[in-house]
Amino acid sequence: MSSTNSQTNTSKEDNKEAPPKPAAEKPAPPKPAAEKPAPPKPEEVLPAFEKEFTDRIVNQFTDDVEVGYVKENRTRINVKKEKILDVAKFIKDQTPFDHAESVSGVDFPEDKEIEVVYHLGSYTDNRYSKQVLALSTRAPREEIPNPGNDSTKLPSLRDIFYSVEFHERECFEMFGVYFDGHPDNRRLLLPEDWADIPPLRKDFRNKGR
Amino acid sequence: MTEQLPTDKTEQLPPGLQLEKVDDRIMTLNVGPQHPGSGHMRIIVKIDGDYIVDADPDPGYVHRGEEKMAEVRNYLLNIPHLERPVIHDSCNILYPYVLGVEDIVGIEVPERAKYVRVIAAELNRCVYIQYWLAIYGIFLGHSTMFMWPAGDRELLIDLLEKMTGARVTHSYFIPGGVRNDIPANFEDVCLRQVNYFEKRIKEYADIFYDNPILKARTEDTGVLSAQDAIRLGTTGSVLRASGIDYDVRVKEPYDVYEELDVHTNVLKDGDSYARSKIPWLDMLESCNIIRQALEKMPKSGSVRTKLKPNPKGVGNNEVYKRVESGRGSAGMHIISNGKPEPYRVKISPGSFRNLIALPYLLKGEKLGNMPAVYWSLNYWPVEADR
Repeated sequence: MSSTNSQTNTSKEDNKEAPPKPAAEKPAPPKPAAEKPAPPKPEEVLPAFEKEFTDRIVNQFTDDVEVGYVKENRTRINVKKEKILDVAKFIKDQTPFDHAESVSGVDFPEDKEIEVVYHLGSYTDNRYSKQVLALSTRAPREEIPNPGNDSTKLPSLRDIFYSVEFHERECFEMFGVYFDGHPDNRRLLLPEDWADIPPLRKDFRNKGR
Repeated sequence: MTEQLPTDKTEQLPPGLQLEKVDDRIMTLNVGPQHPGSGHMRIIVKIDGDYIVDADPDPGYVHRGEEKMAEVRNYLLNIPHLERPVIHDSCNILYPYVLGVEDIVGIEVPERAKYVRVIAAELNRCVYIQYWLAIYGIFLGHSTMFMWPAGDRELLIDLLEKMTGARVTHSYFIPGGVRNDIPANFEDVCLRQVNYFEKRIKEYADIFYDNPILKARTEDTGVLSAQDAIRLGTTGSVLRASGIDYDVRVKEPYDVYEELDVHTNVLKDGDSYARSKIPWLDMLESCNIIRQALEKMPKSGSVRTKLKPNPKGVGNNEVYKRVESGRGSAGMHIISNGKPEPYRVKISPGSFRNLIALPYLLKGEKLGNMPAVYWSLNYWPVEADR
């Protein structure tokens, strides 16, 4: 599908912008794309460009971060919630990621945790423009939620990535994750007098189902 | 923010509904949600004389819980309701979902289907922008600019009706291709209509974009610098009007955009005028893309890969896909746990991302400039609420 297309494109762009480093490991300069025998991938070669900046983050924080996956143009890093501010600051200062595209909350009732995934992108650096870095962390989940007053809390990234402001407000009302340090933890989409549990939690029952 | 009155009665009211202390200088004004100038949303504006000192957008009046609904329907049943947030641009809002499901389920798309999709997406982009332009025109008091785009939009709606069978809510894209093939001799009709459409929208320059009254009203109002556009994480026309060259179709091409010559329109001023001009330039670019795609499209072949009933992914998997919609990057984060229904679908549309710029831009503007700034953000309330 489109993954093969974007792969050849990455190699083209990398060769142009950053000649020495990725060229050695690159699996496919233009030639194999023309032959198209690609489908069965023999060995798992991590994309070099993506691996390089994930390694930088991992080397800095060693045990506190864990690489979720490194794929073509998409990487994921799982962080403990105590370290999320430090890791986000490092990413903001040391890599070209400069804005958040999306902040998804995901409810995991079996793990008794709620995951928050920040998808970060870059406008400033051309080489990074197709990269999306997913930075995820987890907050404890309580059976009977009391948004704002229970242990479901995470530090807010709003001071580091200003663009998460409304996304975090949405995550607060939909999952009950309170963001410490967010200047404006009000409801955004739900009505002010909403009196049920946060609606995107898995135990919220859809009416009529 | 507001000082509460020290009566018992006030404290019984739910948060957000308390009475406010009356200030003798600052007046609070509720614009919307019934006001036609705000769409389905409310903007709480604080004004000092004629100047806005604070603006607080309050979306959510058309929140329909699309993300929750997506968790109880299977991958195919999700298609019709996931395009509801923005029915005028239904192809583009479905695009990231379809690309993501193809990744999760593992289907290849026929070459011809990719071109058909690109044509439908570009036609739909023009349809959306024409609708937005009509509203922008009427709220600046320019009735002709309401009638012209609303009329010319019909040309492309007719084309999309021929392609998909529906005038607005197409539900055309499915994982594995498109729902049905385009009719015979569609290429000729499409080329003719698009050429005429391009000729028509070029005439908008005379009556609207070069109009000194419009320029006086929109130039230097609501200026967003390039640095702030990045910091606020804006996208689409708002970002490109501030001088940042970023278009997902060029930067991370999906389907066949890589084989087409797509030019990114960038303006440097960052004011309401630039933000209103970028979508118009995008329409001209869309006409170019459609012509190229019609030329390069394989003339025959399959347009869909047959799906297994109840398609599902293998194991835990997640994808984040994004496309360039009429309002900027539309991203979808789909998490699968091996069941026929997605575990979670998160939609991150352009409107929601651009909303953060509204309070920032309105501060210090005159109240009369509010429609010019608000509608120049290319904001669609229903999409932001999802």
